[in-house]
Amino acid sequence: MEPFALEVEDLSASYRKNTVLHDINVKVRTGSLVGIIGPNGAGKSTFLKTILELHPALTGKVRFFGKPLKEVKKRIGYVPQRGSVDWDFPTDALDVVTMGLYGKIGLFKRPGRKDVEKAMEALRKVGMEAYAKRQISQLSGGQQQRVFLARALVQEADMYFMDEPLAGVDAATEKAIMTILEELKQAGKTVLVVHHDLQTVEDYFDHVLFLNKTIIAYGKTADTFTEKNIVKAYGGKIFWTKGEEARVVHSPF
Amino acid sequence: MWSILLSSNMQWVLVSTMVLGVAAGAVGCLSYFRRQNLMSDSLAHAALPGVVLAFLVIGEKNMLVLIIGAAISALIGAFFIQLISTSSRISEDSSMGMILSIFYGFGIMLLTIANRSAGGNKSGLDNFIFGQAAAMVKTDVITMNILALVIIFALFIAFKEWKLYLFDPDFAQGIGLSSRGMNIFYTVLLVATIVVGIQAVGVILIAALMIIPAVSARYWAHSFSGMIILSALFGGLSGALGTFVSALGSGWPTGPFIVIAAAVVFIVSLLFGKEKGLLIRYIQFKKTQQHVQKRHLLVPATQEGDAE
Repeated sequence: MEPFALEVEDLSASYRKNTVLHDINVKVRTGSLVGIIGPNGAGKSTFLKTILELHPALTGKVRFFGKPLKEVKKRIGYVPQRGSVDWDFPTDALDVVTMGLYGKIGLFKRPGRKDVEKAMEALRKVGMEAYAKRQISQLSGGQQQRVFLARALVQEADMYFMDEPLAGVDAATEKAIMTILEELKQAGKTVLVVHHDLQTVEDYFDHVLFLNKTIIAYGKTADTFTEKNIVKAYGGKIFWTKGEEARVVHSPF
Repeated sequence: MWSILLSSNMQWVLVSTMVLGVAAGAVGCLSYFRRQNLMSDSLAHAALPGVVLAFLVIGEKNMLVLIIGAAISALIGAFFIQLISTSSRISEDSSMGMILSIFYGFGIMLLTIANRSAGGNKSGLDNFIFGQAAAMVKTDVITMNILALVIIFALFIAFKEWKLYLFDPDFAQGIGLSSRGMNIFYTVLLVATIVVGIQAVGVILIAALMIIPAVSARYWAHSFSGMIILSALFGGLSGALGTFVSALGSGWPTGPFIVIAAAVVFIVSLLFGKEKGLLIRYIQFKKTQQHVQKRHLLVPATQEGDAE
């Protein structure tokens, strides 16, 4: 397999007149589990959306496994933020997961029994098989997130982009989701996750990408997840505790 | 009163308003999930100037030509709504409101001119405002039916694509379903449904046939397919019923009767619908309340305190 799952050169993007991303240059090695972190409004979601061409790029070149997006779309899975869809839509969990297979099923064809079995298998993996026929409006936030994850799993992609999969879920769901991400990594897949909890970064990710309008730092978590980089990305207004020791980063202002 | 059903023209007209209702009900579900219910209303009003202009150009009432004129005019309206809401700070519903009233005003102005021209007052163009199903002749009926069936077919074959596009457009785009393509497909389907129906139902009320059945179906369905089928059914029922009643009196407009029929279906759904209908919600609430009260009676007060 190609050494780099993702290569981004000189990427920039904007909303109306405000540039939200500029000078993004990064290369992600195949098989990495990357945490994308940065303050609110740093452009984390926009970064994902722009490289996946869901948001127009102003400049830049993006390659996946050495190829443009168009040629490798089927090898890429995207898990949008949970809040980006209408959970009142009349459908059940199994049906949402089956949607992950629509790309493979092809235009105008109906999903068959094998497809439904595959979707069921993915639901089992995320511990949701008992809720297969439950209306999605009746699922809790954590359950909805698991359904989204199952939908990504059935895609059997080589690379996954996930936008805040751990936002607003309980501890059990967080653990279940992280176990699955770890399994994906073991299977040689590349996973990029927008993450907001600094305290768990070191436990969860082998690579970390600090983003604030541009890339502040990228590399192995052990070398990159330093106080210096955190201050640089968050502008110094940050306080967090880990284990027994409490660390305070003082604001320079 | 049943004797009017015996006339073969009336039977054809009934069939076509029913097929129209089915198409409008089904397509209405798409707008419902795009949260663009006002879109069909705006585009229907925007179709009026096209109808009158087409008549002024060819000088006679040819259904197909008038439909094409209506479609072009409605598509221009759709284009302007899109343009205004993406390139200015004006919100989508404001731009819909603007396009609706401007195009309709322009249409009425043209209609006044057309009615003053030679032969214009006998053209029956006024029927396009409130609809006059009984005024349709056989060729109108055939044109209308074919177009409505094409619309239903277009919705049916791309069923799973519609579902994905409406539920999660970002994900749809991610797996290679073009959002832009689906947007165009959606607008074309919407305009087609409207222009097919304007002679029978009229530009003012055709939107009701797209909005009300979908909203009613939401009270019963728990799947996307179920919702579309039910909405189509409600639309067809309202179309046929409204047409039938309006045919009882001479010169009664069809649109208002269809809307009243649809409204009756809605009220029944609101009250008795099994998904969030008012009655079922009340019963569920009472049941749970009783259940909880019973449990409270059985638990001794001391134990209750312990459980805290």
